[in-house]
Amino acid sequence: MDTQQLMDFVRGPGLQFAAAVFVLGMVYRMLHLILLGRKKNLAEPRGGEWGPGLRTIWHRSIQSVGLTPRGHFIIIVGYVFHFGFLITLLFLSQHIDLLRTLLRFGWPALPPGLITIAAILTIGAMIALLVHRFTDPVKRLISDYQDYLTWTLTFLPLLTGIMLKQGIGLGYQQMLIVHITTVELLLIAIPFTKLAHMLTTFSARWYNGAIAGYKGVKV
Amino acid sequence: MSTSLNRGIQAMIEQIDAPMATFFSSCVHCGLCADACLFYTETQDPKYTPIHKLAPMRRVWQQEFTFWGKLLSKLGLSKPVTDAELAEWEPLVYDSCTLCGRCSMVCPVGNDIAYMVRKMREGMVASGHAPDGLKEATRRSIELGSPMGVTINTLKAHIKHAEQETGLVVPLDQEGADYLLVLSSAEIANFSEIIPAVTRIFHQARVSWTMASDGFEATNSGIQIGSSDLAAELVNRIVKAAERLKVKYVISPECGHAYTALRWEGPNLIGRRYPFEVVHIIELLDQLRSAGRLRTEGMDDTRMTFHDPCQMVRRGGVIDQPRNLLNMVAPNFVEMPDAGIQNWCCGGGGGVSANPRADELRLKVFSRKKSQLDAIKVSTVVTSCSNCRSMLEEGLEHNHMDLNVIGLTELIAEHLAPAEK
Repeated sequence: MDTQQLMDFVRGPGLQFAAAVFVLGMVYRMLHLILLGRKKNLAEPRGGEWGPGLRTIWHRSIQSVGLTPRGHFIIIVGYVFHFGFLITLLFLSQHIDLLRTLLRFGWPALPPGLITIAAILTIGAMIALLVHRFTDPVKRLISDYQDYLTWTLTFLPLLTGIMLKQGIGLGYQQMLIVHITTVELLLIAIPFTKLAHMLTTFSARWYNGAIAGYKGVKV
Repeated sequence: MSTSLNRGIQAMIEQIDAPMATFFSSCVHCGLCADACLFYTETQDPKYTPIHKLAPMRRVWQQEFTFWGKLLSKLGLSKPVTDAELAEWEPLVYDSCTLCGRCSMVCPVGNDIAYMVRKMREGMVASGHAPDGLKEATRRSIELGSPMGVTINTLKAHIKHAEQETGLVVPLDQEGADYLLVLSSAEIANFSEIIPAVTRIFHQARVSWTMASDGFEATNSGIQIGSSDLAAELVNRIVKAAERLKVKYVISPECGHAYTALRWEGPNLIGRRYPFEVVHIIELLDQLRSAGRLRTEGMDDTRMTFHDPCQMVRRGGVIDQPRNLLNMVAPNFVEMPDAGIQNWCCGGGGGVSANPRADELRLKVFSRKKSQLDAIKVSTVVTSCSNCRSMLEEGLEHNHMDLNVIGLTELIAEHLAPAEK
């Protein structure tokens, strides 16, 4: 298989397969979780579930109650990582072009220089979080192989992306193949790892708020 | 695999519902819950990180509910949960968690970790890994009617004293009363002044009430140890008494877990709705206040604060009511840092106070409450949970702090205006 054939594969069937695993895997994961169900609560409610559930989805994104210095570090660096990752993913013109072919609509891109800054900040945040995971006694204790596996799978597309953009390492074609392959690996891994939190976080927050709201706890 | 271990693991599997599985799926191991837990903040020992207390049950979830976990288990490549591991986790699940739910308030992905620990305890107790102190308390509850071993005769003696002290009748087994009052074992054993206090308040407010000789105790060790069967039996005693006496309301006492057991878990434990409503004594007093039926006179100028019981605020939704009542009689009332929904636990909830093995740790982590109280320099702490009250008294004594601890209902009773003729 030559470079062009490899490129055709990763951009064609490879990407389709990865995207299908991602979408169907996440649908399965979410349905499986929801269908586990909850027992009907027979206690007389003091409040509703939906309002507090939805409020909690929002509030947990902006809260900073009683944070210690390590808490501030985790929240701030976590924010930089998540936003940086999303900006890089959603506002690079090449990414938008690809998404346009899939979704049939697009949106304006951000200047490439800004994307480079976002990507570097994201990479920096990820390295900081990894070092913290190794050095913080709490995080070191509660981490398992998945934490390091998912870190690697998330890191590789960023790293290869920036190498591609800056012309570091392999030639453009080869680097692009490597970059797309890392994205496909990430897509395939999401439904089966803790990366599924990209969706389950929202239902987890909803349940948390709903459980509290039912009892009349103001959230 | 031993029978008891198998029973424990099956119990854990049965406890995994949609929220539980969603919470496990969402945890990103950020470790923020550690800073919300007084067992971690006061010891800095990472093993007290709330989500770490669930590690064995997390593996059960992984192996039984996830694609890779199931596959690896089938191939014999996963590490099954063992008896030795559950034995190692027992002190984490029971001695260092009061089910206070503070971690549930801060988890950025929204995990209700207290909900999870409550469920894990079902598996722990089924596998035989529960603390002896709590097992004994539960046995006394089932056999004698109270975890502290108080009996109806103890209560009757207190009722007699209360009648002598107040000159009023304390109704027992009075059919057709509106309200059934149940007490906590700590109240009957240590703080029996609650009986004359309530008697005087209800007399003034013209509340039709009674106590029941077959359902006078609401402390629920079944909830604390994590045995839904036993918890249901304890709740059922009160439900049966309430139905026998045809009351419209059951008053939950100043006891955090009694309130959770009776108000929130009870109908689910017995599998049906109640034909009556459950109201916390503090909620009822506040209702009487707003209806103008609870009238006080005089003020207590002491600089005082209020300790929010976890099961009343975070886990129960009763936050404003005690403050409304305090404002009637306490002009120098001040809030401690983190008061209200983020208040720190006394350290003895969730069965920790019934577990002597945990005493040393519990008194160590009281340093959190000490620093909250040191910050406001009060001379009195008011609370509305008899267990918190005992824990506060012990913790203050241990730290040589000269503060007075009182129950809110008694504080109100002390300032009761004379009843209208």
